[in-house]
Amino acid sequence: MNHDSYPDSYIRGILNTAKTVAMVGFSTNTSRPSYFVFKYLLERGFRVIPVNPGHAGKEALGQKIYASLADIPEPVDMVDIFRASEHVMPVVEQALALDPKPQVIWMQLTVRNDEAAALAEAAGIKVVMNRCPKIEYGRLSSEISWMGINSRTLSSRRAQNFGTGFQRMGLGEGKKSEN
Amino acid sequence: MADAERTPGFDTLAIHAGAKPDPTTGARATPIYQTASYVFDDVEHAASLFGLQAFGNIYTRIGNPTCAVLEERVAALEGGTAALAVASGHAAQVLVMHTLMQPGDEFVASTKLYGGSINQFNHSFKNFGWNVIWADPDDLAAFEKAVTPKTKAIFIESIANPGGVITDIEAIGKIARKAGVPLIVDNTLATPYLCKPIDYGADIVVHSLTKFLGGHGNSIGGIIVDGGSFNWSRDKKYPMLCEPRPEYSGIVLHETFGNFAFAIACRVLGLRDLGPALSPFNAFLISTGIETLPLRMQRHCDNALAVAEWLSKRPEVAWVSYPGLASSKYNTLAKKYVPKGSGALMTVGLKGGYEAGVKLVSNVKLFSHVANIGDTKSLIIHPASTTHKQLSDEQKTKAGAGPDVVRLSIGIEDKADIIADLEEGLRA
Repeated sequence: MNHDSYPDSYIRGILNTAKTVAMVGFSTNTSRPSYFVFKYLLERGFRVIPVNPGHAGKEALGQKIYASLADIPEPVDMVDIFRASEHVMPVVEQALALDPKPQVIWMQLTVRNDEAAALAEAAGIKVVMNRCPKIEYGRLSSEISWMGINSRTLSSRRAQNFGTGFQRMGLGEGKKSEN
Repeated sequence: MADAERTPGFDTLAIHAGAKPDPTTGARATPIYQTASYVFDDVEHAASLFGLQAFGNIYTRIGNPTCAVLEERVAALEGGTAALAVASGHAAQVLVMHTLMQPGDEFVASTKLYGGSINQFNHSFKNFGWNVIWADPDDLAAFEKAVTPKTKAIFIESIANPGGVITDIEAIGKIARKAGVPLIVDNTLATPYLCKPIDYGADIVVHSLTKFLGGHGNSIGGIIVDGGSFNWSRDKKYPMLCEPRPEYSGIVLHETFGNFAFAIACRVLGLRDLGPALSPFNAFLISTGIETLPLRMQRHCDNALAVAEWLSKRPEVAWVSYPGLASSKYNTLAKKYVPKGSGALMTVGLKGGYEAGVKLVSNVKLFSHVANIGDTKSLIIHPASTTHKQLSDEQKTKAGAGPDVVRLSIGIEDKADIIADLEEGLRA
């Protein structure tokens, strides 16, 4: 995988398939980017499990916060990492020790660790680096277009409404089979 | 075309970028969302939108779906990450500077600019404490010397108004990079069809949408395009982008929004507080105009070259300033930056001086005597007594708008008719 540029089909596939996301480096501070992503993904039907040893045992938006990936009592599809690049390797190693292993390791904006990525990919795990799932979902659903942001998508097919609520879009393209 | 593996061409983007059929009605043309506000699902949804935690429309002063189509289209055409459409080109410049500058800061600006920008910088911006330092873009050493520790931005035009000048964007981009400040390029006269300043190091691009992008002289508008390339957090020079914002409970815009943070800052800080919103109807007309941008711009350029060549052979004409002419000192820069053509604008000096200029403006019948450029119609004006009137004589000359100068904005009429009208006007 070329980690400088991801095909939209790769990202769309990941966001359509991952149901449970463990968010490592989650912050209870509601102004931090991790909180924004947490809230957004919850509203779009993802199960999001916050991980932060400093806040273990507390709750955020009804979700229990765990101290580490190992403490999570259910399988996790995707690990979303909000930590600096130099702290990524131990997180990936912990993810690889999970049973079952997650299908995706996702690193947030400015987070990039090619060594950790290679380790995960060798174990058959998909990796995304220097991206934000909120921004990618926004881009591929075209929600982000409302903010004047270049979604870099182009389609004459009907966009898919999420199903509930104004201004909430899905990732498919109108045909129910695409999801 | 669901995946972005294959990048669509310019002509395709001009028609399709930002647009989708309406999912409820199937309407193919962009609906004109002539609405002030938008219904929320519930209190939670409203709070998310106000807190920037969800993408969506809240109030047309801050964002509107018709304007959003225009924004995405221009961002895609310029190769930017995002754009913000506003009430006018002037408003775009105010919002850009409002996001970058604090009172007491400086910015370096090219002397070769549209007269309206020169006035804005010398007067209103000065009132805000944003101090312009003028520099000649043809003298790169002097341009670099104009940068001081207080400099926060550099501003140039790609093709400069009133006509005939091309700025060396790449060279000035290097100066900006060295100074650690963003390069702002007003790309109004070229449009991304002729030149994409982001490819040459521009960090921010602005347009008067009123001109060639809208193309039909019917709607005032402006736009800011985020190049997505500048590191707003590196030197902590730009508090609106790299410091926790009190207006949004302490979020750091650059951290939260990454490479489109500048456009978001202009919208949620500047546009929200200062208010120069673009009418959705104007946005509709302008984005419709953009669909034919490639065709129109090429015709503008082909017609302008023919007119410039014809004029240079006329006995009444002392000089013609048009970069497409081999005789122009900017011809080499033109071949580099605007290889498809040198745009629609030219300035002409008549041998009869000021009086001859006034006579020409009065005698043409096809050309419209207006304060505008970039219409399908051919336009004519005498800049010294109008668009550049409030400048000093020295500034006028530096800007290429001396007393004998006539400015032409060549339209897309039949070339023979344009030339015949000028011939009538010169002879009368």
